[in-house]
Amino acid sequence: MTISTVDFDFVAREVKERSGLVLTPDKGYLLDTRLGPLARKDGFASVEEMLRTARVRRDERVLAAIVDALSTNETFFFRDKIPFESVREHIVPKLFAAKGKGARIRAWCAACSTGQEPYSLAMTFEEMRAAGQPIEAEIIATDLSDRVLEKCRAGLYSQFEVQRGLPITHLMKYFSKQGESWRVNDRLRAQIEFRRVNLLEQFNTLGMFDIVFCRNVLIYFDADAKKRTLERIAAQSHPHGFLLMGGAESTLGVTDAFQPTPDRRGLYARNAAWRKAA
Amino acid sequence: MKQCLVVDDSRVIRKVARRILEELAFEIDEAADGQEALNRCKKSMPDAILLDWNMPVMNGIDFLRRLRNEPGGTIPIVVFCTTENDLEHISEAMLAGANEYVMKPFDGDIIQAKFMEVGLL
Ligand SMILES: C[S@@+](CC[C@H](N)C(=O)[O-])C[C@H]1O[C@@H](n2cnc3c(N)ncnc32)[C@H](O)[C@@H]1O
Repeated sequence: MTISTVDFDFVAREVKERSGLVLTPDKGYLLDTRLGPLARKDGFASVEEMLRTARVRRDERVLAAIVDALSTNETFFFRDKIPFESVREHIVPKLFAAKGKGARIRAWCAACSTGQEPYSLAMTFEEMRAAGQPIEAEIIATDLSDRVLEKCRAGLYSQFEVQRGLPITHLMKYFSKQGESWRVNDRLRAQIEFRRVNLLEQFNTLGMFDIVFCRNVLIYFDADAKKRTLERIAAQSHPHGFLLMGGAESTLGVTDAFQPTPDRRGLYARNAAWRKAA
Repeated sequence: MKQCLVVDDSRVIRKVARRILEELAFEIDEAADGQEALNRCKKSMPDAILLDWNMPVMNGIDFLRRLRNEPGGTIPIVVFCTTENDLEHISEAMLAGANEYVMKPFDGDIIQAKFMEVGLL
């Protein structure tokens, strides 16, 4: 089965408008592999029929489910490791130097998927506390998808998920077994506030941040959306703030609002001189 | 090349583990139970040991306790790899001197992640 050009164009337009994800024609196969199961689950006879319903009736629920099915949620605990080392060894010392030791830290995971990233950050802070550092932190974790946010809030992970990137000592300390799955302890869960936020829409009500994780999401956006999103993140970042991006992402050539930190892969510092163009 | 001793009473599991670890550039030796593994280690300590729990003759936890009391027995990095997947077993293994713990079923990604965790990769 192949999707017609009309259907592809419709899906590509809706997805880009709603999430920023750019679907190029070579990704047409995704429509079959990812929308097929969704159509079946929702009782449609075919992907075409589901798309027709979405198009003709502008069924918001179906449209949101399509966007969700086409976005990549791949994530794991302590992904790439370096960002969490940077928090411990570079960011927090710099923040304490700028704001005073023990000053409250506000952190934002801007596309948190199923939660491994904010929980890894929370564990990083816990470990620093255990080592005697006066960490007082607030973590806000957001994503576009209600489905992943539900999983974040439940904090329930499969045996496979807890074995990707999570040291066994952390599993013992921060999780408890529930059936065949593992649940994040209440103490850790209470440290994170999960909310639905679309990065294409306003998010200034979240307030100002010292640390922003925006990893492996802008990579799917076009250049214009990337720039606008980064500059709006800069507007929510304190002058001494930091941004962490994914391994294949950079602000270079996109915006001057953040500048790469030498020798710290994926770490960018807010450019205090940068002002949002009027 | 780093050496890894794969200890499991299942030939199939040893074969799967061997394939994964050889791809990660380890030189592999195999043992089918704890006693056999201990004999190997007494001759020469490997850099790493992937260790099953339930085995005939001598199980993994008994092997580990004896290994850690051998001369040079603290050298190998021991990664448990077992179907035992509750906190009690994990704690017991770590107390006995394991460095990491894999809950079966495993795949290449998990082995690689865990071996990275303990600095073997
Ligand atoms: C690949 S995951 C990245 C997860 C995590 N940051 C990491 O690096 O492991 C990308 C996430 O971005 C979310 N996403 C996509 N478009 C978004 C948007 N416009 N606003 C907010 N989140 C979005 C998806 O729902 C998905 O969960």
